Amino acid sequence: MDQAAALLDYVLRLADSNLVLGQRLAECCGHAPELELDIALTNISLDLMGQARSLYQYAAELKGNGCTEDDLAYFRTEREFRNPLLVEYPNEDFAYTILRQFLFDAYNQLFYQALENSSDARLAEIARKSIKEIRYHLRFSAEWCIRLGDGTELSRQKMQTALDDLWDYTAELCTPNATDQTLLSTGIAVDLEQLKAPYFERVEEILTKATLRKPDYEPFQQGGKEGSHTEFLGHLLAELQVLQRTYPGAEW
Amino acid sequence: MTKSINIAKLEARFQAKVDAEQKIEPKDWMPEAYRKTLIRQISQHAHSEVVGMLPEGNWILRAPSLRRKVALLAKVQDEAGHGLYLYSAAETLGINRDELFEQLLTGKAKYSSIFNYPTQTWADIGTVGWLVDGAAIMNQVMLTRTSYGPYARAMVRICKEESFHQRQGYEILLALSQGTEEQRKMLQDAVNRWWWPSLMMFGPSDAESTHSAQSMAWKIKRKSNDQLRQEFVDATVRQAEYLGVTLPDPDLKWNEERGHYDFGKINWDEFWAVVKGRGPCNKNRLKTRRKAHENGAWVREAAMAHAEKRAARQKEEGIA
Repeated sequence: MDQAAALLDYVLRLADSNLVLGQRLAECCGHAPELELDIALTNISLDLMGQARSLYQYAAELKGNGCTEDDLAYFRTEREFRNPLLVEYPNEDFAYTILRQFLFDAYNQLFYQALENSSDARLAEIARKSIKEIRYHLRFSAEWCIRLGDGTELSRQKMQTALDDLWDYTAELCTPNATDQTLLSTGIAVDLEQLKAPYFERVEEILTKATLRKPDYEPFQQGGKEGSHTEFLGHLLAELQVLQRTYPGAEW
Repeated sequence: MTKSINIAKLEARFQAKVDAEQKIEPKDWMPEAYRKTLIRQISQHAHSEVVGMLPEGNWILRAPSLRRKVALLAKVQDEAGHGLYLYSAAETLGINRDELFEQLLTGKAKYSSIFNYPTQTWADIGTVGWLVDGAAIMNQVMLTRTSYGPYARAMVRICKEESFHQRQGYEILLALSQGTEEQRKMLQDAVNRWWWPSLMMFGPSDAESTHSAQSMAWKIKRKSNDQLRQEFVDATVRQAEYLGVTLPDPDLKWNEERGHYDFGKINWDEFWAVVKGRGPCNKNRLKTRRKAHENGAWVREAAMAHAEKRAARQKEEGIA
């Protein structure tokens, strides 16, 4: 893989992760357990969508030929999306929503902190802008994990069930693929191997405070970053892309 | 005897204050009926914001560009925020949010009937912004001068955001009007469906309106339903011309003598049917709200339980 192709793939991975997770959170808008939570989840969704737009705009420039942010979000198929599997997991209930968020935020904060030092000036700049928002997301999702884990017996059970399912998708986050390896030598990519230990350390610290049990299996699901997704993603994209696909060429 | 004289005195003092355009504040004495009217009106308004999130939320996931998606999501979030300020304003009158929610979920409290119409296409999102927010603003601008302080202050903030929403809606429609044949059809169809329900938003005509006279005397309302409706029509006709859409009323024309637009007869049977629960979405809107509330019960309970545990632990540590 050459550097240019790897960079585009890398930027799209980051953009897709934010868009897909932002879309999942947007599903909760108007349906959250209370108004304050509705507003908070929408805030996070808005942050993620805003970051996604900066990243898609960069990717569109890398692609050239008049490509736009919307071309990349609305006209790529399931197999072309590069987000890790975790973010596409549905909102089965609020426990899934908040745990998915925490497992991602804990990674994302370490990732963007490191990305501030990327040799790619544009990525470093986007990281600097995003990191404050991500710190807030992590504080919010970690607090809610603790609150719901160490809340009632029912809430602990629901959180444990969600954790047992979502845990499987944590493997992929800190595992580098060919794209990461290509960009590592030029200092563009974050060294994911370096994030693994602090990531699991942080996650376990919060799980302990939340009185949740770390699942007793090694997480192993992978493939999102190479475009091999769960069955859930196609439905999410079908809904997201419907108007652009129905009226190609229209301006909105 | 003395008691009723005292109340009469208090009422006179209250009315004098209202007449002098001084705001009534939560700790001031107020007639019980004034308090009840305000609780009913402010909570209806709050419920309208919260239920109003649903028809617009219906298009967040399908918004046709990232820019539109972010704008719509932020708009629906603003509505949740408006719901919060308004519930807080209602709480200053001695009722709490749980009770108000209960009234909404059991169907005891009303919300604006406009939200019982479906948003069928993307053009509906622009039209709701233009017409529905436009009609709401007429009413809300008036309410920034309402006699109850906390309500008036909540309205100042809400009005600023609402006029932004209305422009945003109009801008969606402008893009459609300059778009393809299919987009222009989508726009006209949405306007056809939303025009009359938007006029109904101002409520029954003055002759039929049960609460109006007293509310005007208390300066809760400052303009009549028909007066506001006329202002809305007058403001909207030119905007429709600029968009190149036809408002679906053959009787709509400028009346030189009155200095206003005349318009056709509103279908009040439809209005009352929707108010009484027979609109296209009444059942589903309440069902959706109830489902969110019930599905969230374990979360709210867990948050309370956790807060209690934490407080108990802190107390224990304090003793030790």
